[in-house]
Amino acid sequence: MNRLSDNALWRATARGFAAIGITGRTLVIAIPMLWFLVFFLVPFLVLGRISLAEAIIARPPYTPLFERAADGTLSIIASLENYWFLWQDTLYRNAYLSSIRIAAISTICALFIGYPIAYFIARSPEPRRTFLLLMVVLPFWTSFLLRVYAWMGFLRREGVINNMLIWLGVIDQPLVMMQTDLAVYIGIVYTYLPFMILPLYANLTKLDGALLEAANDLGASPVVTFFTVTLPLSLPGIVAGSMLVFIPAIGEYVIPALLGGPDTLMIGRVLWDEFFSSRDWPVASAVAIVMLVLVVAPIMWLQSTQDRRELD
Amino acid sequence: MNRTAAPDAIAADTKPWRDPGAEPFIGIRNITKRFDDFTAVDDVSLDIYRGELFCLLGGSGCGKSTLLRMLAGFETPSAGQILIDGQDMARVPPDRRPTNMMFQSYALFPHMSVEKNVAYGLLREGKSRAEAHARAGEMLKLVKLESLARRKPHQLSGGQRQRVALARALVKQPKLLLLDEPLGALDKKLREETQFELIRIQETLGVTFIVVTHDQDEAMTLATRIGVMNEGAIVQVGEPREIYEEPNSRFVADFIGSVNLFEGRAGMAAPDMMRIDTEVLGPVNARPRPGLTQGQTVWVAIRPERIGLSREKPADAANAVPGVVEEVAYRGHMSSYRVRLAGGQMLRVTQSNLTRDVDPISWDEPVWASFTPAAVRVLTE
Repeated sequence: MNRLSDNALWRATARGFAAIGITGRTLVIAIPMLWFLVFFLVPFLVLGRISLAEAIIARPPYTPLFERAADGTLSIIASLENYWFLWQDTLYRNAYLSSIRIAAISTICALFIGYPIAYFIARSPEPRRTFLLLMVVLPFWTSFLLRVYAWMGFLRREGVINNMLIWLGVIDQPLVMMQTDLAVYIGIVYTYLPFMILPLYANLTKLDGALLEAANDLGASPVVTFFTVTLPLSLPGIVAGSMLVFIPAIGEYVIPALLGGPDTLMIGRVLWDEFFSSRDWPVASAVAIVMLVLVVAPIMWLQSTQDRRELD
Repeated sequence: MNRTAAPDAIAADTKPWRDPGAEPFIGIRNITKRFDDFTAVDDVSLDIYRGELFCLLGGSGCGKSTLLRMLAGFETPSAGQILIDGQDMARVPPDRRPTNMMFQSYALFPHMSVEKNVAYGLLREGKSRAEAHARAGEMLKLVKLESLARRKPHQLSGGQRQRVALARALVKQPKLLLLDEPLGALDKKLREETQFELIRIQETLGVTFIVVTHDQDEAMTLATRIGVMNEGAIVQVGEPREIYEEPNSRFVADFIGSVNLFEGRAGMAAPDMMRIDTEVLGPVNARPRPGLTQGQTVWVAIRPERIGLSREKPADAANAVPGVVEEVAYRGHMSSYRVRLAGGQMLRVTQSNLTRDVDPISWDEPVWASFTPAAVRVLTE
């Protein structure tokens, strides 16, 4: 049997591809590039193009980009009017700000809950570590929607928490938890907590125990050791985890829709309303593009500061 | 000053362990450490004196690092007591102990510059930033790294990192510095240079050092005294010379340097000579050793460099055995031989190449191996 590398046919094929500039290397890079092109860049351009159009009652419900006039001249119809509209109407501005606020507060809560959990798992002995990590990811085995519905069962007026507190005699009137911002925070933090824990865990397991002993040996109490050694060294994990929570939380639609009240204003919901209720695709596209910029800008800023820090 | 008393006074000053009345600086009293059902350190007692450079020497898993970690406070002894400068360390956490440690991996903080690494301990003491950095600068000068103060650890070579670790551990002027395999990560050339550097710094500052190492050469070069450890226990404590010349057991004789060991029985003893009857070497003449009964099983230990090789039987040799050269290894300053004795056993012999021998002893030559009674060390265990 010929091995693959000995195969004359194979070598001839490889040479043929190389002649037109395709080598194994380009093929390997091509896959992620193609993915990026098809699933990000093209949709983004389509969205961008729609955001420059005007809503009409037609199919599709927006004006075409190119229009051929009667005399045969081709004109491009595009305007930034939709963006101007977003800027002027306080509804959108408030929705963005409120989304950022809710996402930021949720991220901070997830960080404060997730850090100790990640730290504890990272410091656990090896066999228990695997088990604890499994427990962190276990909720993913049931549907996300089901888990959010389960929270409704907990937070309802007649829900588990209220019944329990009344039974214990802590309160005599049920607390209003459903359809409040609190319920949205609980839902987001609960859902995205594993995304905070996993990168933090990956970072904290790499932390060399000798560094903690060295700090302790040099006169730092365990608390001081944490703030001078553990915390600064886990900063990349904190950044990664916060990104993974903050970014999807900004555009979250399901959780505010199910757990939030009428006052809970989030951009995901505005987007839904524009697309499906108002059928104003151009405005909805503009909303989506602005959201993307809002999310991408801080990432790029963080990335560049991190690169600069590594250069030091 | 009385001239005759002077040498004794110096000996007592630089070798306090020879003075029975001297007060030990560090007292390790019946220390035992058990992990589950494994005993890492087994009833160790040791006195270490101020200004010593004491080496704990042993193979991996002998408990030397565990003993060091108990001194630093990272492990709690299962039994026993540790005294540093008269103070019981039982309830003192690592951050309150008058000790500092240099870690085997150096454990430099990767997010801090060299200067900040060194100043870290001083800042924890509550020193002002200016004072801490001034003192860190002095310390870096001592280890000759002042020009690299702003570098991060990953921008340094292994030897430079080792010196940063040393500076960081010394900057708080600890009563006791613990060094875990301080030269283990350096290559051979650098290690030899650094050994003397370490001795220089230790003598400059007068800090008491305890060094853990598995490298007998390192221990011999550095130490004022060596404690040889095996299976959690200290088997022998002594100056490097004592450990090498007068090992108290086959383990120590074999662990430090190389040695030829043969089993035998104590034979006739005269005031200036003793005979050991061995199966392999026949009767061996040795210096008399008190406390042996005739017929007792003993071992003779002979260092390879104490054996001479010759083609003719030396006429006046107290001990001479015939054999055939099986292997020769030329190692520059000396040559190592393996001589097959009549019974088939091998005898290791090294000869220093002091002169350029025109006709050196070579493979397959019949030779006589001879040694003096003083070269023979008689061991009972």
